[in-house]
Amino acid sequence: MLRMPAPDQAVLARRGEIVAALRRIVPGEGVIESEAERRAFESDGLTAYAQAPMLVVLPQTTAEVSAVLAYCQQNGVRVVPRGAGTSLSGGALPLADGVLLGMGKFKRILEIDEANRCAVVQPGVTNLAISEAVAGRGLYYAPDPSSQIACTIGGNVAENSGGVHCLKYGLTTNNVLGIEMVTMAGEVLRLGGKQYDAGGYDLLGVMVGSEGLLGVVTEVTVRLLPRPPGARALLVGFPSIEGAGECVAAIIAAGIIPGGMEMMDKPAIAAAEAFVHAGYPLDGEALLIVELDGCAAEVDHLIATVAAITERFGATSCRASTSEAERLLFWAGRKAAFPAVGRISPDYYCMDGTIPRKRLAEVLGRMRQMEARYGLRVANVFHAGDGNLHPLILYDANVPGELARAEEFGADILRLCVEVGGVLTGEHGVGVEKRDLMGTMFGKPDLDQQQRLKCAFDPAALLNPGKVFPELCRCAELGKMHIHAGQVRFPDLPRF
Amino acid sequence: MTGFRPSDGAEAEQVVAWAAAEGEALEIVGGGSKRGLGRPVRAPHVLELGAIAGILDYEPAELVLTARAGTTMAAIGTALDAAGQMLAFEPPVSGGLFAGAGSPTLGGVLACNLAGPRRIRAGAARDHFLGFRAVNGWGDGWKAGGRVVKNVTGYDMGKLQAGAFGTLSVLLELSLKVLPRPETSASVLLTGDDPAAAVAAMATALNSPHEVSAAAHLPAAAAARSAVGAVAGAGRGVTALRIEGPGPSVAFRRAALAELLGAAGSIAEAESATLWTEIAEVVPLLADAPLLWRLCPPPAAAPALLEGLHAALAGRCLLDWGGGLVWFAPDPAAAGADGGAGRVRAALAQTGGHAMLFRAPEEMRAAAGVFDPLAGPLAGLTRRIKAGFDPRGILNPGRMHEGI
Repeated sequence: MLRMPAPDQAVLARRGEIVAALRRIVPGEGVIESEAERRAFESDGLTAYAQAPMLVVLPQTTAEVSAVLAYCQQNGVRVVPRGAGTSLSGGALPLADGVLLGMGKFKRILEIDEANRCAVVQPGVTNLAISEAVAGRGLYYAPDPSSQIACTIGGNVAENSGGVHCLKYGLTTNNVLGIEMVTMAGEVLRLGGKQYDAGGYDLLGVMVGSEGLLGVVTEVTVRLLPRPPGARALLVGFPSIEGAGECVAAIIAAGIIPGGMEMMDKPAIAAAEAFVHAGYPLDGEALLIVELDGCAAEVDHLIATVAAITERFGATSCRASTSEAERLLFWAGRKAAFPAVGRISPDYYCMDGTIPRKRLAEVLGRMRQMEARYGLRVANVFHAGDGNLHPLILYDANVPGELARAEEFGADILRLCVEVGGVLTGEHGVGVEKRDLMGTMFGKPDLDQQQRLKCAFDPAALLNPGKVFPELCRCAELGKMHIHAGQVRFPDLPRF
Repeated sequence: MTGFRPSDGAEAEQVVAWAAAEGEALEIVGGGSKRGLGRPVRAPHVLELGAIAGILDYEPAELVLTARAGTTMAAIGTALDAAGQMLAFEPPVSGGLFAGAGSPTLGGVLACNLAGPRRIRAGAARDHFLGFRAVNGWGDGWKAGGRVVKNVTGYDMGKLQAGAFGTLSVLLELSLKVLPRPETSASVLLTGDDPAAAVAAMATALNSPHEVSAAAHLPAAAAARSAVGAVAGAGRGVTALRIEGPGPSVAFRRAALAELLGAAGSIAEAESATLWTEIAEVVPLLADAPLLWRLCPPPAAAPALLEGLHAALAGRCLLDWGGGLVWFAPDPAAAGADGGAGRVRAALAQTGGHAMLFRAPEEMRAAAGVFDPLAGPLAGLTRRIKAGFDPRGILNPGRMHEGI
């Protein structure tokens, strides 16, 4: 069972006083203390875990965020920031003795700056709302996580969210130009801006993907791109995972970076086809969707080139979309893969490792062996271009022990990803979910250095503690110089 | 002074562990080409990484290259060329942009986070930095990131190392995302002397769906120095817009973009490549530019910034990144003892953005400061971060700011 930092009884005992103090900062309905209302915030997208926070605070201005954080720092109160609560790794899981800082009221698009190709938005604006707001100008915001209708840009910054187009267009970190943020001490910083480079240490770069442990984002400047004039997709069936994997490598080796390149295995294809009837071939072991975007001259040229490559790798079927409706139909099954799997199993657990693509067939083969060992089935969807796997482990939470077995299975899959040269998470974040696996990828000096960065931002470890790192940050201990003069030999090596 | 030249990462760790224990400062050097970038480092010892070289792993289809920090950019370029790939951020690596002799290395390019014209489309060095091994100022070897193109496990420490100029850790081994080189390219040219019109035209191009991968404006004096006939012979300022991709696509977009902008002409692959190398290496400005500022305003504010600069002190300029990068070479006599720092920073304060004194005599870089002065909470945070990586201040002390 997940171990979270033990609640601070002294803080809990002062709850009434803390409520009163925070109400002076955020008046009216901005401080929520009734149990029923707090329960609404007890989970994020990782629904296996739930914990009602001590309090919920919903500030509306940067000044309020600053004052809330400063008060909490002075009073030793832990804080968990939250956007829309769509994290799949438990990044916004509340603490029993903590303030849940909901950023949902920061909902305004502040500026659309076409001449500088950017938009300035508040962190509670949804990912999709940005693209919708600029669509009339032929622009869009490129990262498109599958939760983009609901997830907020502030959460995207915290998690460095990706999506199906990120091999070509990058993750959140490559598409954010600037932020305003507040530290746990209540200090307000502006990092980056509308310019391309900022001076000094790239604190913007390290804030993106820091999972709410370093600061609270109160404003985001995102880069806007011109929408590609067109796109077509290929739907390709393969008799083997190996063939599909080699085909992906050959497409990239041919110098083509598709706008999207997604793979599904047989169980995922069957579930998706039964759900949306997209016309997926059911006889093969793997399905590839390759989308090429750009001007018609480019798209048509690349569709022909990629189609020729698929033939060399034994594709049993290859259809090119001939209309926008058909392209969307090809995608419909992939986009509905998670709910489709939800129809064939009472529950599923979505994993998120990345592997070197060349190890794909081996990794899926070993996952099949694990299925037998754990007595659970897996359906795989896969961002094929960048090696990001999303195995969906099917289980039934009402069967005693199945959730624990699914979690153990998932951990084994992630250990396998690391073993073959990959990483624990490609886009969902570490959160609480993969926290205790960090040691499989990083040694003590690696984690110590990460923690020392945390100490520079939040020395009392009050901001989102219990996430990402298996041990709570011990800044006093980490800050001690452990080496002493005269004890290290003068290096005996070539000099000049 | 001792010059250490370790032959592998373990030896480099030994050197830093010793320096950490004794509180002995080290200047960190790759090939030495960019020693003149940043504030001068006052250190009694030099740690030279040129012997820690070699590509460790490169499989083009995985889009990842891993090499030791001292690997020369020339060696990286040769390997990438053979596979038809590139570092998409187009780092400046040759020519006279850097005062120091010696060959640029992969570690140095990443430590300085430099990027060329394609930055507006592909990002900077930081955007392609996937993972690394390094030794910090505690003398501990450590690693972060990975060798795959998509990874969010832990803090993105590569971002922090890129552009830290070796003040946080000594990079020993780096993994980068590499991308296919475009099949072909071409550039559309406009002529005209008004920077505001040039920046507006570049914005129109960059906001169009024609996937412009680079956009620069050369005022008449700079254009006249180009080796490309169509640019040098224009007799006026030249605005250039690059398109890249498969042959049929480039042919279509070249025509469409020229029509959209009412372009004066266009140049094909070979000449286009020459022009963009010149712009990446700032060749048209360099010949007689002892002082060079690298300014990053919001792109649309570049004309206002130029007005402010020219009103304050005489000098020549070149615009890249659609206006988002302004290279400014002030007349040394007009600039005075601080290299024009006071007036350049005052002009930039009106538009917002970032300034770096890219080239200047050592004493001027020490006195005037190279980067934006640190102020407010950012100053304290920067110092705490530095202390977390390098508690005794032994790694390139003072390279970025006093004590950092």
